[in-house]
Amino acid sequence: MHDHLILRIIAKMFIPFILLFALYVQFHGDYGPGGGFQAGVIFASALILYTLIFGLETAMRVVSPTALRILAASGVLIYGGTGVLCMLRGGNFLEYSMLAATPLAGQHLGIFLIELGVGTTVFAVMVMLFYGFSGRKDPSS
Amino acid sequence: MDIFIDIILLTLLSATALAVARIRKLFCAIMMFGIFSLVSACLFVTMDAVDVAFTEAAVGTGIATILMLATMALTSTEEKRPPYQPLVALLVVVVTGSVLVYGTMDLPDYGDPMAPIHQHVAPRYIQQSPEEVGPPNMVTSVLASYRGFDTLGETAVIFTAGLSIYALLGLGRRENRDHIVEDDHA
Repeated sequence: MHDHLILRIIAKMFIPFILLFALYVQFHGDYGPGGGFQAGVIFASALILYTLIFGLETAMRVVSPTALRILAASGVLIYGGTGVLCMLRGGNFLEYSMLAATPLAGQHLGIFLIELGVGTTVFAVMVMLFYGFSGRKDPSS
Repeated sequence: MDIFIDIILLTLLSATALAVARIRKLFCAIMMFGIFSLVSACLFVTMDAVDVAFTEAAVGTGIATILMLATMALTSTEEKRPPYQPLVALLVVVVTGSVLVYGTMDLPDYGDPMAPIHQHVAPRYIQQSPEEVGPPNMVTSVLASYRGFDTLGETAVIFTAGLSIYALLGLGRRENRDHIVEDDHA
């Protein structure tokens, strides 16, 4: 798709805003609609748009399959690790109130961490799905 | 006013569903699926379920459409005409649908505060979650804190799905140009 000048320029303009919106949805999920899952999908859709415009090879240089594998696993690890951390600090598994001095601050921190984990895994898996399917055949060939 | 919006959206929804079932061109069918998701998302918004609507719009309209398009690129773009008239299938669908509609007559009205589902744990969430958990968005409190185990399970499911795709398809590194030629002739 190297000749689609308008698409390329528009995509370049849009992608930063999509990424920014994904981060907003991720970190504003406590206050408005949204959360890790939606943010992960939106973040992934920015990368998928990039892949559609600039090709799979270029996109894989931006986020490599190895990085995706590590990200997908580390999201679950962050989530589970938060739960274990709560246990180490004397609470039950995923009892966030133990994470900080006051229960509310602990809950806030815990929710922040697990949403981060969800977002990371969802982003990585969505891009993985797309890489997996589009890598079967080069659309430009 | 709400009832008009609901009627319009539900009409659009059934029209798109019928179109998906009738259209043989898979590209059009996929686009119709996307529209179907978007209309569903609008319906969720009218029910004040913005988080669900958000997910439906992002996943159903965005990712699912892209994945179906990517899958279509690997197969043909036209649905094969079935060699028979699927009348039995139609009968089964109609009967099941009627039974389901009959079943909804027993359900409490939409938004009925006395419905059983609003009597169990929902009052606790609404009354206590600001003191117990904190976030103003109660959906986040429920999903992330009260039901943290469920969300952990969901994350694990997504991770497993990713692993399966990785195991089955690889991540686009495979040089399978020989297969492509075969696929094109098929």
